[in-house]
Amino acid sequence: MIVAVLSGFIVAILLIFFGKYFRGKASVAFSALPLALFVYFLSMVPVVSSGNTLSSGLRWIPSLNVHLNFFADGLSLLFALLITGIGFLVFLYASNYLKGHIYIDRFFGYLSMFMGSMLGLVLSDNVLTLFIFWELTSISSFFLIGFDNDNEESRKNSLLALAITGGGGFFLLAGFILLGYVGGTLSIQEMLQLSEVIKGHQLYPWILAFVVAGAFTKSAQFPFHFWLPGAMKAPTPVSAYLHSATMVKAGIYLLARFTPVLGSHYYWNTTLLIIGAITMLYAAFHAIIRTDLKSILAYSTVSALGMLTFLIGLGTKEALIAASVFILVHALYKAALFLTAGVIDHETGIRDVTKLAGLRKVLLPVAIGGTLAALSNAGIPFTFGFLGKDLIYEATLAFEDFGIWFTAAAVITNIFLLYAGFIAGIKPFTGKLPVAYKDVHLPSAALWLPALLLGVAGLFFGVFPAVIDKSIIQPVVLAIHGSAVDIPLKIWHGFNKVLLLSIITITAGFFLFYFINPSNRYVKFIGKIDFLSPQQILSNGAYKIQHFSTWYTKTLQNGYLRLYVMVIVFFLMALLAYKLFTGVYIYIDSSQFHELTLYEVMVTGIMFIAILITVLTSSRLTAVASMGVVGYCLCLLFVFYSAPDLAMTQFTIDTLTVVLFVLVLFKLPPFISFANTAVKIRDAVIALSFGSLISIIALEVLNETVEKETSIFYGENSYALAKGKNIVNVILVDFRGMDTLVEIIVLTIAAIGVFSLLKFKISANENDHV
Amino acid sequence: MRTIILKTASNYLLPLLLLFSVFILLRGHYQPGGGFVGGLVASIAFVLHAFANGLKSTQEFLRYHPGIAIPIGLTISLLSGVLPLLSGLPFMKGSWFKDPVPVIGMVGSPLFFDIGVFFVVIGVTLTILFTISETAQE
Repeated sequence: MIVAVLSGFIVAILLIFFGKYFRGKASVAFSALPLALFVYFLSMVPVVSSGNTLSSGLRWIPSLNVHLNFFADGLSLLFALLITGIGFLVFLYASNYLKGHIYIDRFFGYLSMFMGSMLGLVLSDNVLTLFIFWELTSISSFFLIGFDNDNEESRKNSLLALAITGGGGFFLLAGFILLGYVGGTLSIQEMLQLSEVIKGHQLYPWILAFVVAGAFTKSAQFPFHFWLPGAMKAPTPVSAYLHSATMVKAGIYLLARFTPVLGSHYYWNTTLLIIGAITMLYAAFHAIIRTDLKSILAYSTVSALGMLTFLIGLGTKEALIAASVFILVHALYKAALFLTAGVIDHETGIRDVTKLAGLRKVLLPVAIGGTLAALSNAGIPFTFGFLGKDLIYEATLAFEDFGIWFTAAAVITNIFLLYAGFIAGIKPFTGKLPVAYKDVHLPSAALWLPALLLGVAGLFFGVFPAVIDKSIIQPVVLAIHGSAVDIPLKIWHGFNKVLLLSIITITAGFFLFYFINPSNRYVKFIGKIDFLSPQQILSNGAYKIQHFSTWYTKTLQNGYLRLYVMVIVFFLMALLAYKLFTGVYIYIDSSQFHELTLYEVMVTGIMFIAILITVLTSSRLTAVASMGVVGYCLCLLFVFYSAPDLAMTQFTIDTLTVVLFVLVLFKLPPFISFANTAVKIRDAVIALSFGSLISIIALEVLNETVEKETSIFYGENSYALAKGKNIVNVILVDFRGMDTLVEIIVLTIAAIGVFSLLKFKISANENDHV
Repeated sequence: MRTIILKTASNYLLPLLLLFSVFILLRGHYQPGGGFVGGLVASIAFVLHAFANGLKSTQEFLRYHPGIAIPIGLTISLLSGVLPLLSGLPFMKGSWFKDPVPVIGMVGSPLFFDIGVFFVVIGVTLTILFTISETAQE
């Protein structure tokens, strides 16, 4: 299984080197990878459907308990099959859709990487590996949305998507870490046993909030939904694959996966129900007023995701069955609709549904695929969607408290979704063919076959639900619900409320479709109240932060060294003084002072004079030289207090610093006193208070009981273990040799930095661009 | 700033200071000293030479850019850490020859590590100083 997950990444890496051979027709070859994986996962179905799980693992970072452990149960397998199955069709489609694009190899690199990360996400047993793959899907999605990187909108929207999903990822990580802390394990399979412990823990609300935040951002739930319609700037195969069938369902996967761990709790159910319901209604409403094909599909996807969240929130057995089926139903018809929209866009160059009509005459196989998908979406009897919708209504009706309201919400959403599906899947093909499209011709089979296959699959599963009932759906329910459930999928449930609701949905949807034509009017209306939308509120907030940080940077990082020093000293002083005056009793123990020697008095006197000269002189060279005198005096003090190593180093460093100063002096402008008296007084006050603070601390240290453990250890062991008598040096080269190694590397970096900053100047010409 | 006295003195001081720096480097294990200070002293020797004779002549005297000492030093240090791995010991485990070598004293992997530090410090210090002084003279 590890190889299966990593194969996507391996292909992506190989493409860096061999990509140029695959830019032409050979790009079809990429679809072999998802196909092979699909067959591989299909071969697991018999084992998993009998209630077992398959697992394989690799110890990765044992010290952190992070392992590449993968396991496949019903839920993982359903997603794995979707990812590879739809992946195959999308790869095939994309090789034709992007034919001749100069970066097609890059595109397939991103796409393979995405497929690998998505497989890793749904198969991971370790929550931290799950998180890593989770973030990798966000990153590959970023590249795919921004694939058309000449387009400013693409770049903007890819950044937006990354910001939202990546931000959610942080919450998810926090949630996972808390989960690991509370449960004492990072393995999902082990967490399943600890459900009661976790739910009873006082941190449960936090875990819930973090995990749900991660899932909601990824699965575009209100109020984070807006990145998904923006993500439609990606090439259509990407929209079909990432932003309808797989990646956006990662959040749903997460919710489903953690239902047995975190679910069946009042907070969990309420949160998911409310957010899911708002999302599905809000987005369904948006879907019917759009006129751009991909916008319609984007909003209807958001709505369907809301429906799934809502179902998982209901949490009953019926609802979980409905959710399991609906994941598959939706993936099939929505991918088909996207692929259809892609063909229309590719062949006519237009995505505005008000302008599209009659295309069945030129694009017949596409029309069949689109229509089948739209019918499945609508839930017409004998399609897979019919089964899905029935299960949803059963679930909502069975709910006791607010069953009626939930059912109403579901019915309204479904009516809107039906309308949206018809507009996207049927409307472009009906009516009279406009003259402009007379020359449109059917593209190669790679473009229309995937949509057709998905459409037919929807019909096939609708007529023969037994094919996937026991083999796929029931293991999923087993994984989410925690116990085996036996409700075989049926085409006919008899005359009951559910059927009545289905009829109402379909009839109302048809009425809408016949009497309301899509038009730009509604979009314009929505534009007027745009300032209320979450997207506007968020981006305004982001603007404010940007303004603030500009102001902040200009004030504190103004490029003058004197200001930086002042800020650092001031801050340090505030911290130290706070600590000193709140927690420490200050007294000076003069009994510990030893008698002053003549040397000390002399050296201190010289130091004092040198400092005065430094401050008062008007010559820079004198100032530098007297600073050097201060440094040498300090070295002498080190010698007095038996720290010869320190003294030697300080001595040489001081020499070099003075030399450095002298070298730079040529460059500096003539010495002019810029500072007025007020500034001078301010600086003096700061310097004096900093100095006195440090002195106080130095004197305070004398009062602390000294822990000599460390120095005794080094004293005893330096000769015994490291055969050296100079402890300082032994520490440097042996005991803490690793530190020294890193330090010399840092020195190297500093040297390279100075060299490159000074040597490689930007010429005036280049400077213009910056 | 270029005086005959300093110029003449620096010619004699350069080898002396270099010798002194090696002395400091080698005695480091038993008495105050070590690669870091030794490297600084050696750099000062070259800086003094540059002060007296001009940067150009020091660079000509050195022939190679002082920066070349950085990778050499890093390699020596790293090797002294990696070599114990070959005989199954942990990274940077100190190992010594049994008998002391005349003049130098005990020879072991920490000494080579220190020699590496010595070269890196020389390379870094001279690179920074020479670069700045070159730029300042432009």
